Amino acid sequence: MDRTVTNSRSFANPLHAILLAFPVALYPAALLTDITYLNTAEIQWSNFSSWLIAGADLFAGLVLASALLALFFGRARHAKGRGTLYLIVIAAMFGLGVLNAFQHARDGWHSVGTLGLVLSILCSILALIAAFVAYSTQTVEKRA
Amino acid sequence: MNRLAYLVLPLTFALAACQVSSDPDLDQTGERPELPEQNDALVPAMEIPTPEGWGDELPVVPEGYTVSAIAQDLKIPRQTLVLPNGDILVAEGSGGKAPKLRPKDVIAGWIKKEGKSPVEGGDRVTLLRDEDGDGQTDLQTTFIEGLDAPYGLAFFDGTLYVANQGNLVSFEYTEGATSIAGSGTEVTKLPAKINHHWTKAMTASPDGSKLYVGIGSNSNVGERGMDVEEDRAVIWEIDRETGASRIFASGIRNPTALAFDPWNEQLWAVVNERDELGPQLVPDYLTSVREGAFYGWPYSYYGQNVDPRIKPARPDLVNKAVVPDYALGSHVAALGVDFTTDGGLGGRFAEGAFVGMHGSWNRADPSGYKVVFVPFRGGRPSGEPIDLLTGFLKDGHARGRPVGVTYDEARGVLYVADDVSNTVWRIAPRGAARRNSSGDTTQLPGDPRPPSTAPTTR
Repeated sequence: MDRTVTNSRSFANPLHAILLAFPVALYPAALLTDITYLNTAEIQWSNFSSWLIAGADLFAGLVLASALLALFFGRARHAKGRGTLYLIVIAAMFGLGVLNAFQHARDGWHSVGTLGLVLSILCSILALIAAFVAYSTQTVEKRA
Repeated sequence: MNRLAYLVLPLTFALAACQVSSDPDLDQTGERPELPEQNDALVPAMEIPTPEGWGDELPVVPEGYTVSAIAQDLKIPRQTLVLPNGDILVAEGSGGKAPKLRPKDVIAGWIKKEGKSPVEGGDRVTLLRDEDGDGQTDLQTTFIEGLDAPYGLAFFDGTLYVANQGNLVSFEYTEGATSIAGSGTEVTKLPAKINHHWTKAMTASPDGSKLYVGIGSNSNVGERGMDVEEDRAVIWEIDRETGASRIFASGIRNPTALAFDPWNEQLWAVVNERDELGPQLVPDYLTSVREGAFYGWPYSYYGQNVDPRIKPARPDLVNKAVVPDYALGSHVAALGVDFTTDGGLGGRFAEGAFVGMHGSWNRADPSGYKVVFVPFRGGRPSGEPIDLLTGFLKDGHARGRPVGVTYDEARGVLYVADDVSNTVWRIAPRGAARRNSSGDTTQLPGDPRPPSTAPTTR
């Protein structure tokens, strides 16, 4: 007998939500410092970006690990479609974030450049998408 | 950390695949080095040969020469100096306290440390004495203690000058002394803020009136901002009596050793050029140092080759950048230079400059890790460098890394400081008593030898 259950709990558990909060805040912050660096050539802004991206990457890695576990053992196993989408977004964000960390490890003007700016934009967008997926409260499950 | 490495390493290798590899056909030594396209790879090539002991083996010298260790278990020997009585001084120490500005600095610090000796710098000068002229050290004493990363050494007219990483200190010397107490007299402070490149190379002018000190840049290519580069990447001329200083040459990224040539009495420097533009950029160089000249750093290299990593650009400075005299190869990290006098080591090593090369990190195919000889004719470099002391690398490990080189005029031998095996090597022509007839090599310390008429410039 099929029944539809509306689950008003968040897709992500609170710990996961806290971890995800970091990329959501830090990648866009890095985007802002990148833009400021490109406008001023004042190297300290690029240094800020480096640390912001490093911090975002660290938490993105933890989010990715947590999302993988959740897909198989956590709440998301009841919402595989959304879980998979979420995982893809998080994995792309983490991968591009690490790439961006290497980009920002270049010296001087090369530390940002077009590639750095594009990567910062992509990471920011992906982080926001991930947040929308994770923090939307309703999951609809079909239970057999 | 390990788990992180598993995660990051495969990615690093994937990224490293976009690095270009070295072109072995490129001639990067001599007066006109071939410069490839810039390749600022996402992950710079890194190959750090880790230290390993020599066992029973020795570095390799050409046929007709011998090499032996005259001091071991030192504490990071860098530069050496021969006193008028033949005693050898060795500056030992490790400086630089540059704060880590970016995550990269932390990671690069870990990686580069792998290639260094774990011994803590001695912050001292050691004296080596060969009492019977057999080429072996009979007496080894701590000559001066309590220094701060001493590097450059100079002696003139009874006074020893030691360039710490933050100041220049003088000590009164009595012939035959085996130690000097006290902290000396400060001649002048030296630029020491950040001290990314901390070594303070030094030499005295032949007439002894001036001291020249090499002050390296505070970054690879200005990535700490140009505010911290004031009085950096310069060679200072310092009045020996008053301590007054002025900039003698600028834009000279990291002048790690200085010497006057005996033919034209001109100042020369070996200079370490910038990293992360690819395995074959930028060649380190040996150059005569022209007064008032600008050598390009950070805006350009090897003359007018613009480095796009430094903004705002300075075409006005690039336009006046001077081309160095002689390229030594990319990333070889030349840290020592000295000239022959009076026949040098004989044979192919009779007239020219010895250059100690600490060795590379920023290329997959290590370069340097040897001492070479640059032949001179008429006071100018003439011909390809010739390997003099090799064999430092074996199976991907570094058994030693050469730093300072000092030619001992009286004995006709060369000393090489090695800061990985913490050794001072002595290279001599085989059957080397060739100078014995003059009595120089058998002179005993404290001999009432008449004061040397030829000034000692290093």
